[in-house]
Amino acid sequence: MKARVFVTLKPGVLDPQGKAIHHALEGLGFSGVQDVRAGKLIELELADGTSDIAIEDMCRKLLANTVIENFRIERLETAA
Amino acid sequence: MRSAVIVFPGSNCDRDLAVAIEQVTGRAPAMVWHRESELPDGTDFIALPGGFSYGDYLRSGAMAARSPIMRAVSDAASRGVPVLGICNGFQVLTETGLLPGALMRNAGLNFVCRPVGLKVENSQSLFTSQYDAGENIIIPVAHHDGNFQADASTLDRLEGEGRVAFRYTEQVNGSSRNIAGILNDAGNVLGMMPHPERALEPAHGNTDGRRLFEGLLETVAA
Repeated sequence: MKARVFVTLKPGVLDPQGKAIHHALEGLGFSGVQDVRAGKLIELELADGTSDIAIEDMCRKLLANTVIENFRIERLETAA
Repeated sequence: MRSAVIVFPGSNCDRDLAVAIEQVTGRAPAMVWHRESELPDGTDFIALPGGFSYGDYLRSGAMAARSPIMRAVSDAASRGVPVLGICNGFQVLTETGLLPGALMRNAGLNFVCRPVGLKVENSQSLFTSQYDAGENIIIPVAHHDGNFQADASTLDRLEGEGRVAFRYTEQVNGSSRNIAGILNDAGNVLGMMPHPERALEPAHGNTDGRRLFEGLLETVAA
């Protein structure tokens, strides 16, 4: 099975990279972009039956720094 | 004083730090590879050097914080052994949870590499006893991720408990309240972005960093 982990900065945490991307979009002439926040997508290839609790544990212990980041897990069941 | 410098893959200030420690204490530190699970017997000072451990993959300091030696460092810290993390070492200490907050990308996005002004906010700690309270010193910084962030209640607690050791006297990287270095609640763990080992001898152009190591030596040797 596969799982995707989305790691995003908590609301209110300054995101200098998001700001730079925002400026670059404006520089390219895209108007109407109100805000940009950059995050990470981590794809995990897991043994079948890996529990949600185990994936959450991975997120808390390494994949996200919960001082500044939130995470969201999306399980992708592989087609049989 | 029996010092240990922890070396991670990608550390690049480990040798400068070792030279600084040997010059001031008269004894070369043990260089301890990150895969070790124990520190040399009798280690009474641990230093985490600057650099780019694991290429800053995932987050600066994130992978190094989970390496085997860090369990021994955490145990030693809880027993009161002084631990100093400089630059990437500071990032490793926040990732390990030995210090609060996080070090994020510099607000201006640029790598900042220059001498900066610091104010010594706490001159009572075992690292800063050779400085005067409120003294202004100059120490070089060289980092991309030095923007210290923590929630307001954590910042208030750090300020209230005298745990802000150093504060920038100028805008450097966007850090909350211009914080450059903080102590843990017991006062034996210091993390700082500036590099005191780069301001040690007249040839460096400035010796303001030397007193940090001298103060430590005096406290540990006492």
